Amino acid sequence: MLTLAHFLTLGAVLFAISVAGIFINRKNVLILLMCIELMLLAVNINFVAFSRFLDVMDGQVFVFFILTVAAAEAAIGLAILIVLFRNRRSINVEDIADLKG
Amino acid sequence: MPIIEIVFYLFSLVLIASALCVVTVGNAVHAVLFLVLAFFSAACLWMLLHAEFLAIVLVLVYVGAVMVLFLFVVMMLDVNVSPGSEGFTRYLPAGVLVALAMAIQLFLVIWTRGMEAVPMPEAPDKDYSNTRELGKLLYTDYLYAFEIAAVLLLVAIIAAIALTHRRRPDAKHQDPGRQVKVRREDRVRLVKMKSEGEGG
Repeated sequence: MLTLAHFLTLGAVLFAISVAGIFINRKNVLILLMCIELMLLAVNINFVAFSRFLDVMDGQVFVFFILTVAAAEAAIGLAILIVLFRNRRSINVEDIADLKG
Repeated sequence: MPIIEIVFYLFSLVLIASALCVVTVGNAVHAVLFLVLAFFSAACLWMLLHAEFLAIVLVLVYVGAVMVLFLFVVMMLDVNVSPGSEGFTRYLPAGVLVALAMAIQLFLVIWTRGMEAVPMPEAPDKDYSNTRELGKLLYTDYLYAFEIAAVLLLVAIIAAIALTHRRRPDAKHQDPGRQVKVRREDRVRLVKMKSEGEGG
């Protein structure tokens, strides 16, 4: 019997994997961006599951907006990455720590 | 075990395995391809949840546009980071620790708050249209948010082009401002000269 908890567990596992990915991939900004996409996917799975199990369509509307924002974020992130690579010849996170943040 | 559970476990397994591969594979091209697989299995899971419109949108927009954009950038940048570099082993313990802590917290919330007691509702009627219901909600209650999302996409387009656009010094181009400002004296030069003889 599939319950709400199954889908939420799937979302939680996916979110934890992508958090670990952000820690592991300190060499490559591209894979960091992909980890953020995976996190948004985990959140979207939770939204869709709640929308189905509680029978409220608003959750799916939110998924729609999250997809929009994620697409915009990916486009701008990749544009920044290209400019960065043009200026620095590198996308290693450790090479771009000039601000010492 | 009913077929719906088999499908759920199959696609969840593929989704989690491909997410693990995205995180650990190191090679950016392979990571993008595994991410495509992850999005595809997520779309199948959303089909299972009767969110057909969003499942199709996920495949069309995400796999079809965003992931292709990622692939373009990966291939254009030509970065070759070797998998298993020193950062991987250095940050692996911290990453696994944080991920485990976060997962345990989420599991505690999910499995102690009665969410395992919420059963799957009945499947909707045959003439129920997920797209129509979503559209009704989107164009009435969420109309302003919808239009703001459109503006957001426009801003993203302009920002992406403005960031990556590069003006080449040797490119030939027109400057409309200078074209409009030009006056007769800049272009026409009257030369006094003696007339040639008749009968040329």
